[in-house]
Amino acid sequence: MDNSIWISILGFLATVVLAFTVGVFYGGFVRKITARIQNRVGPPVYQNFFDIVKLYSKKTAVNHGWMQHLAPALAITASVTSLMFIPILNGQGWIWFENLNFKGDLIFLLYMMVFGSLGMALGAGQTGNPHSAIGVSRGLSQMVGYEIPWVLALVAIMMQAHTTSITGLLEYQNANGTWMMFESPLAFIAALMAMLGMFHYAPFDVPFAPAELASGPASEFGGKYLALMMTSGSIFAFVKLVLIVDIFMGGASNLIMLVVKTFLLYMVPVLYGIVSPRYRTEQSIRYFWGWPTLIGVLGVLYVVFTR
Amino acid sequence: MPNDKKSQKIVDIIQNAARKHSLFVLAYGTGCGAIEIPPTMTSKYDAERFGIRGMATPRQADVLLVTGYLATKTLKRVIRAYEQMQDPKYVIGFGSCTINGGMYWDSYNTIKLLDKYIPVDVYINGCMPRPEAVIDGFIELQGLIKDGKANGAEKYKENLDWYRANQKKVIKNWNMPDYNW
Repeated sequence: MDNSIWISILGFLATVVLAFTVGVFYGGFVRKITARIQNRVGPPVYQNFFDIVKLYSKKTAVNHGWMQHLAPALAITASVTSLMFIPILNGQGWIWFENLNFKGDLIFLLYMMVFGSLGMALGAGQTGNPHSAIGVSRGLSQMVGYEIPWVLALVAIMMQAHTTSITGLLEYQNANGTWMMFESPLAFIAALMAMLGMFHYAPFDVPFAPAELASGPASEFGGKYLALMMTSGSIFAFVKLVLIVDIFMGGASNLIMLVVKTFLLYMVPVLYGIVSPRYRTEQSIRYFWGWPTLIGVLGVLYVVFTR
Repeated sequence: MPNDKKSQKIVDIIQNAARKHSLFVLAYGTGCGAIEIPPTMTSKYDAERFGIRGMATPRQADVLLVTGYLATKTLKRVIRAYEQMQDPKYVIGFGSCTINGGMYWDSYNTIKLLDKYIPVDVYINGCMPRPEAVIDGFIELQGLIKDGKANGAEKYKENLDWYRANQKKVIKNWNMPDYNW
């Protein structure tokens, strides 16, 4: 009994450290790739580590009240909690540090992944900065946009596998020998298009929009608050990537496979973003309620009629 | 930052290395020098390879880059932006106008020496300084940060009365809020 608690704590720490490292390095790679595409040299890939260490070693952090003080903590709570429910590495019948993998399912995760954004919205609302208020309203509107195709895609695969649990979906894919993205391709396409909005790269960076909104909800957060938000963002990017790899691409059995799959998946929003300008808010929502939603509905119908 | 023994501990060395390699710049571009910032940041001279990156708000920024002359009206906004930045913060005076007024040396509504109003860590001379000179100024600042000598913010806190007196001398309608930086 005593031993298993220590293994749980070790598993928690190892998972968080892995997610943080991979997430921060991916952020650095994105900046490097963006720079190379714009014909620049670009910062080194470990640049985001310097940024985070520097922000943590800031001496002051002004806040406008306890809700703003709490908001980055809520964001990182949501990221780490979501991370605990997702199997990172798995294979035939084994799983790497089963933190809380068997305790929650996709429907729980759907709510948990929104929790951080809502916390940030409350915190940004207290700062009283007009940029924050506009950014929050834009971000929540956009979330209403991309949640619909995302939920439709998840409903389709949950009906396909007759389970809502992530480990159940992994077992289903292992038993069938194919990935879910080949079994219900329409759901995968809808999920990919929803993912473009989830990562907030251009053209869907309407909530942050540095040129018009001064970085939106985060504009009053400096020093350690910003550091906490960057940490949370790095972990959360990893969470989203691993979740999609798990439910659509059969998970990963070793670290190299995990990095290859998540990196290839990450390049979809990143490369789409580098070559795109920014949408207006209503264009972005109209995008998500158009083709992605239609493809999602078709994916659900496909599952209903073929299975 | 140096401690009371005037030497750096290991933590200071790590923190200063991170601060040196990650400078978030708030470019205060009201003067003509603002035109030199886009070439510094974009493909040709790419300042991001040194970790220098533009930031949109004072709260997130480390370096205040004052580009060119400051009218007494804009000085008020500069002071306000500077006081909203989080410690440790640095100021770079850009162009001759921040040193001696430059071509506005006899103007009635521009300030002549920026260092009298906010503590400047590095000056970049020239009218205009080219992007090479701007990057050189940033590298100078990085050297100061590494040695723990870029402590303008502490100077500002210690001599706040002197700075405030100077600021109030040129800004007649002083109705600024008190910040708890």
